[in-house]
Amino acid sequence: MTIITRVAQWFADSAHWSGSDGIPRRLAEHVQLSAESLVIGALIALPIGIALGHYGRFGNLAINLSNVGRAVPSFAILVIAFQVFGLGDLPIVISLTALAIPPMVTNSYVALREVDPDVKDAARGMGYRELAQLLRVELPLSVPLLMAGVRTSAVQVVATATLAAIIAGGGFGRYIIDGLAQQDYTKLFAGAVLVALLAGATELSLSGLERLLVPKGIRLLKAPVAVRSAEVRAVHV
Amino acid sequence: MPARLFLEVVDPWVNWDWLSKHIPLVLDALQQHVALSAIAVIAGLAIALPIGVAAHRWRAVRGPALAAFGILYTIPSIALFAALVPYTGLTFVTAEIGLISYTLLILARNVVVGLEAVPPDVLDAADGMGYRPLARLLRIELPLALPAIIAGVRVATVTTIGLVTITAVIGEGGLGQLILKGLIESFHTPLVVATALSILLALVADLVLAGAQRLAVPWSRGA
Repeated sequence: MTIITRVAQWFADSAHWSGSDGIPRRLAEHVQLSAESLVIGALIALPIGIALGHYGRFGNLAINLSNVGRAVPSFAILVIAFQVFGLGDLPIVISLTALAIPPMVTNSYVALREVDPDVKDAARGMGYRELAQLLRVELPLSVPLLMAGVRTSAVQVVATATLAAIIAGGGFGRYIIDGLAQQDYTKLFAGAVLVALLAGATELSLSGLERLLVPKGIRLLKAPVAVRSAEVRAVHV
Repeated sequence: MPARLFLEVVDPWVNWDWLSKHIPLVLDALQQHVALSAIAVIAGLAIALPIGVAAHRWRAVRGPALAAFGILYTIPSIALFAALVPYTGLTFVTAEIGLISYTLLILARNVVVGLEAVPPDVLDAADGMGYRPLARLLRIELPLALPAIIAGVRVATVTTIGLVTITAVIGEGGLGQLILKGLIESFHTPLVVATALSILLALVADLVLAGAQRLAVPWSRGA
């Protein structure tokens, strides 16, 4: 029997759809850990990135933050947080939040910087105060790049939440870590499928959210914006 | 609280005594880490470069290739390693397949972006001078795309060095083995040393590649 049919049988088994080690419970744990970390991370990162981008200050810091963040191994952060804070969700959420912050700071900084200076001048000329200009002109124009940062962070957080199982966390990572420990390759493979599906679903739903948030006016300019954001991601992210 | 102090032996973050006795162990892990990362980036570039060139030349290749690499990139690394284990076991090969997959999107996208940015005037001039397509690619387009390609190699290298630690879960890992050891034995020293070395290795690799970029692209030095 191939691994694929065994995995299909694993999914068909109703025992894997209930209880504390069932798929719905593990999904809820995984989503909860990821969502908490992403929201806390966004509440910290977006105001910083937006402020730095708006005032055009500390650009090197904002851009290098995600370079440095990439150099720090997420696995090590999880283990260190576990040694410091012990068992429970706290070390997991703290490490995932730390991981979520750099891409969002960098992308929101770049997003605000990318706003055409002529547009800002026009807004000023029309009598917008600074705050209104930021909220009603700069932010709407920044949505595509800003959301690209949120998406990058979200996918990373969902991926790394899988590793939380190594420090006794819940989520789909349990199937992978337990599967490895028990040499149960069916469970291991099923866990891999679930994690990959969740990451894909995260990416798709955030792309959907992005489409809702992008104002109609710049949706028409979608093509050039997409190319520009691809370039920024290629070089910095 | 004071009562606990008597019972607990405090584990310092770095036990220098242990470290001095285990230098070979640390160097061994570091060497394995470098090998895993270097092979992944070099093999990744060997795959991504021709595909990136093809994606630049033919629109029909571009969409599917970048989409396929994008899907690979979205799959969390640990899931990819786990999905490979039933086929290739807890081996070096499993680790490398996973690590290489991660470099592909970053590298191929930067190859395409770099080639796309070559000014059309330059291409016209090359054509006018009688360059054949292959010679034009090798002697004009790729050298001009080099800054973007090396930028991609830098990102891929730094990312890979971080990801290698995760392969400890499937029995490889380089410095990740020491992180796992620190976790299992609740012993801080290997954990802290391995984390610091991994970050240091990533920063050094990035600096070395930045230096290589300056040497390889002398004309951009003023920029």
